[in-house]
Amino acid sequence: MSILIYAESREGMFKKSVFELASYAAAVAKMMNSQAIALVTGNPGQEEMKKLGNYGISKILSFYDESVKVFDSAICCQVIEAVVKKENCPLVIFQHNNTGKALAPRLSARLKAGLVTAVISLPESTKPFIVTKKVYTAKAFARVAIKTQVKILTLSQNSYMLTESKTDPAIEQFSIQLDKSQLKISVKEVQLLTGKILLTDAEIVVSGGRGMRGPENWQPIIDLAEALGAATACSRPVSDEGWRPHTEHVGQTGKIIAPNLYIACGISGAIQHMGGVGSAKVVVAINKDKDAPIFEIADYGIVGDVFKVLPELISAVKEHKAK
Amino acid sequence: MKILVCISHVPDTTTKIKFIDGKSLDTAGVQWIINPWDELALTRALELKESSNGLIDHVSVITVGGPDTEPTIRKALAIGADSAIRVNAAAGDTFFVAYQVAEAIKNSGFDIILAGIDSCDFNGSSFGSMLGEFLSITSVSSVSGVNFNGNDISVDREIDGGKEILSCPVPFVAIVQKGITKEPRIPSMRGIMTARTKPLAVVEPVACEALTEFLSFELPKHKASCRMVDPENVKELVELLRNEAKVI
Repeated sequence: MSILIYAESREGMFKKSVFELASYAAAVAKMMNSQAIALVTGNPGQEEMKKLGNYGISKILSFYDESVKVFDSAICCQVIEAVVKKENCPLVIFQHNNTGKALAPRLSARLKAGLVTAVISLPESTKPFIVTKKVYTAKAFARVAIKTQVKILTLSQNSYMLTESKTDPAIEQFSIQLDKSQLKISVKEVQLLTGKILLTDAEIVVSGGRGMRGPENWQPIIDLAEALGAATACSRPVSDEGWRPHTEHVGQTGKIIAPNLYIACGISGAIQHMGGVGSAKVVVAINKDKDAPIFEIADYGIVGDVFKVLPELISAVKEHKAK
Repeated sequence: MKILVCISHVPDTTTKIKFIDGKSLDTAGVQWIINPWDELALTRALELKESSNGLIDHVSVITVGGPDTEPTIRKALAIGADSAIRVNAAAGDTFFVAYQVAEAIKNSGFDIILAGIDSCDFNGSSFGSMLGEFLSITSVSSVSGVNFNGNDISVDREIDGGKEILSCPVPFVAIVQKGITKEPRIPSMRGIMTARTKPLAVVEPVACEALTEFLSFELPKHKASCRMVDPENVKELVELLRNEAKVI
């Protein structure tokens, strides 16, 4: 009996969020007198896989099929299902990201296993199995019980601390005969934006709202982000107006992010926007309107003109970084 | 070809969320809407129909819910859907809802099924992938584009740092997000008039048990008040972020 995580790799590497997932699974395993194991399908190499052992993963199953060049949730679920059966897993945990959102529900339907997504903390009990998740776009939390033998979770990003606990994991090659008749899609083209810090991965995010007054005024946002090693984001009106691409829209219908630091520049803080950033650890708001609702969720605020404050902030950050 | 758009009936996104005894949403004064991502999906479905030279001849919507959801369904018809299905059951968990939809439509021959990536009530992010599994068809998540290429259909899937353009034979479920269309459509006066007479089929649910149960709800704790920094002394903010918050 083992608790299984799906450890996603990109270009042969695990992201920090995978190690958070491993830390979380190891802690749940302890509660259930079990062990945490990982399934890896991206062929990241022995060296990288061993790193999962630093966060309490005791065994790694590596599956790789050269002929499957495209990610397909039905195909991937065949592999996960086989591991769940072989290792008798009572619990499977994914990251709450694009991949986890594609796989966890498909697996839930396939195994008739209860699923709770966007979980934010360790289970309050494992018998009955009760976890807390975000609802109403992080405007509230719910306690949810899973009633089935096999359970599935997705873990919200940046909600569990990296916890080191050294193990020396065994790495096993895992293979099954895939039913490739399920694979219907093929990749025609891949378009990548290179050299940018991904919004959903970023520890620091600098975001601009309507107060920036137009796309031609975006340079200070970009410069501050660069000085801090941050990603750039925007509010909904900004992406609706086409000032910035929709991939930067943070808020209820855009991206939901949970960085360590979120700097909101010229964003008044509509309730939908707050939903998208409510999980940020520290929020800084810069706005000329002292009554803007963004100050209600901010930890630090400056009431002032963004076009005066931002250049000073950029030079203060650069000075700090140079130290 | 026929498109099905799965819609969810949810509180308006500006709703100030409150609970009764922490057990259920206080619905007093709540406006109910089509889940925003589902509304984008519906808009894209209608755009595809209009631009398909007759290749797509029908757009349906489906929801699982009681009679109270009918105004939301009628709104979808007013926006332009041709017909609607309501599975007459209180929406249990997502497993229950996806199972009911799969059972209601499995012999209906829909070629493209669109569902929003998330719902702004319980934020399950799971309906579309479950539906794909129940119907044993392909499901593609994080979709920001569905386009015709002659008679072929291509689907844009957002990935970390970019997107993939996929060739995707029907039938499939596309789980759509921002970018799928520019703005949701609003009903025209004529749409509202014709919506009253468009077919809305009510089907009874099949036996299925929810696998999860919502026990209670709570609101986030309020942050301690915001610490104000003098705009003439921006350096202090950097000091605070470094020494107090320890985030830079």
